[in-house]
Amino acid sequence: MGQQRITRAECAHVAALARLELTEEELDRFTGQLDELLDHVAEVEALDLEALPPTMHALPIANLLRPDTPGEVLDRDEVLAQAPFAEDGQFRVPPVLGEAP
Amino acid sequence: MTAVEIAAAVRSGQRSARSVVDEHLDVIAGGDADIHAFNLVAAAQARARADEIDGAVASGRDPGPLAGVPVALKDNLCTRGLATTCSSRILEGWAPPYDATVVEQLHNAGAVVVGKTNMDEFAMGSSTENSGFGPTCNPCDTSRVPGGSSGGSAAAVAAGFAPVALGSDTGGSIRQPAALCGVVGVKPTYGLVSRYGLVAFASSLDQIGPFTTTVADAAAVLDVISGPDARDSTSISEPQPPVSHTLADGVDGLRVGVLAELSGNGIAPDVAAQLQAAVRALESAGASVAEASAPAAVYGLSAYYLIAPAEASSNLARYDGVRYGLRVDGPSTPDMNTATRSAGFGDEVKRRIMIGTYALSAGYYDAYYGKAQKVRTLIINDFASVWEQFDLLVSPTSPTTAFPLGERTADPMAMYMSDVCTVPVNLTGQAAMSVPYGVGDDGLPVGVQIMAPALGEPVMFRAAAVLEASL
Repeated sequence: MGQQRITRAECAHVAALARLELTEEELDRFTGQLDELLDHVAEVEALDLEALPPTMHALPIANLLRPDTPGEVLDRDEVLAQAPFAEDGQFRVPPVLGEAP
Repeated sequence: MTAVEIAAAVRSGQRSARSVVDEHLDVIAGGDADIHAFNLVAAAQARARADEIDGAVASGRDPGPLAGVPVALKDNLCTRGLATTCSSRILEGWAPPYDATVVEQLHNAGAVVVGKTNMDEFAMGSSTENSGFGPTCNPCDTSRVPGGSSGGSAAAVAAGFAPVALGSDTGGSIRQPAALCGVVGVKPTYGLVSRYGLVAFASSLDQIGPFTTTVADAAAVLDVISGPDARDSTSISEPQPPVSHTLADGVDGLRVGVLAELSGNGIAPDVAAQLQAAVRALESAGASVAEASAPAAVYGLSAYYLIAPAEASSNLARYDGVRYGLRVDGPSTPDMNTATRSAGFGDEVKRRIMIGTYALSAGYYDAYYGKAQKVRTLIINDFASVWEQFDLLVSPTSPTTAFPLGERTADPMAMYMSDVCTVPVNLTGQAAMSVPYGVGDDGLPVGVQIMAPALGEPVMFRAAAVLEASL
């Protein structure tokens, strides 16, 4: 394996971006495992890719639109019945900015 | 009995759907404790549905081409009112308010859903050991993995729990477990089967397909589930000809390439020997066979393990404890989101979300994700050249036969290498399938992968039928 490609601190930063809280043990383990993967995928650095366009999608279709007419929708009560907390026909969550409700 | 035989017997009134379903539920009850193919067996619902089908037959109505056929569904396919977990603690107990399009299509064709099958959590894995509910065992040898991520579906068909199962294939998750369990598995052309109601992993790669014991059964199921769907903007808008009608057309005159990049380095000798036997069978049936080369295919794994996690990190952002599944509370919504995701996701899902988040993050996007998308173009271009010279390509489906449970769980890179033969076709969007072809030195099944250009399913199935008949 070559130089280290991702540090423990970068790994912790990525976890925070992804809203994941890792234990010290997980952070150690994941840093090593991510580094090993990034080292493997570095093989593509040898390729000359400058002139190639990126592929987002294997099919040559884009912006497929349907007529703007109302169709079937899901039943609100049935959907809300699956939520951890619902109230007054809405999803209920803790304070978004941290202050008391 | 095969699915085609069951449907014929039920449609003609020779056999009741109820007796077929009861028989399979008995086999499940007697055997699944040792295999753990199912997360959930829907016995009462299946019996009620079978009775409906028998009622239709009794009143002179045709229940459809899959009348009375028991079907097992991978647990990432939404079933209205029936728990759909993706084998993740984060979705435990969630019952979708709608059916996936494929579930509706199977229902309308007379099939009977018998249960939801185990899988690697959110389809991330190659052994079904990453399930939040424990691993599935390979019915051919219960000390081995069934492959993954659709390991429960492959095992259900191999164990005789159901003649048909559906899975999803993002990087080989239908073909590799089909090979390891000794059954037929199909990854259709991207867009041929609607993804509506398939819980998204990597949306530009995911495709639904069948597991069966015979090629004809796979064709019959594919004909039911393929077709345009207004609810999936990536579904191909023109209906395609059925594949069932051309199965007997043979391979005389077809040009078959053995794809060098997927058939040499790293392939176990006993697996390579079975591929050679398959090649001889195709030659005997009149195909011309030569070596084919798509040099960029060797970079498939590298491109895949950036693109798929990148898409997954975005798709899995929705599991935040607000609308469904698990919630672990916290003083604020962001705290609640983090607590829920940290408790609800397993290790492999966390790893992939982190790889994807990193590959998409500021400063690394061009170096990793942008580059992987260009490698994808390179692979597509190489395959396009190959299709100028060949009608079909073959390779092994998996570099080895089924490996022991626990062998690769501590080493993610070793697990990722299991997908080396299958990922290129997901990147290109082409059709591919695995056909069982004999056994390796350990007596375990070997699968041969047949690859076809986009919408090349009819030709692909002709070759599969020839291989099946040559055994």
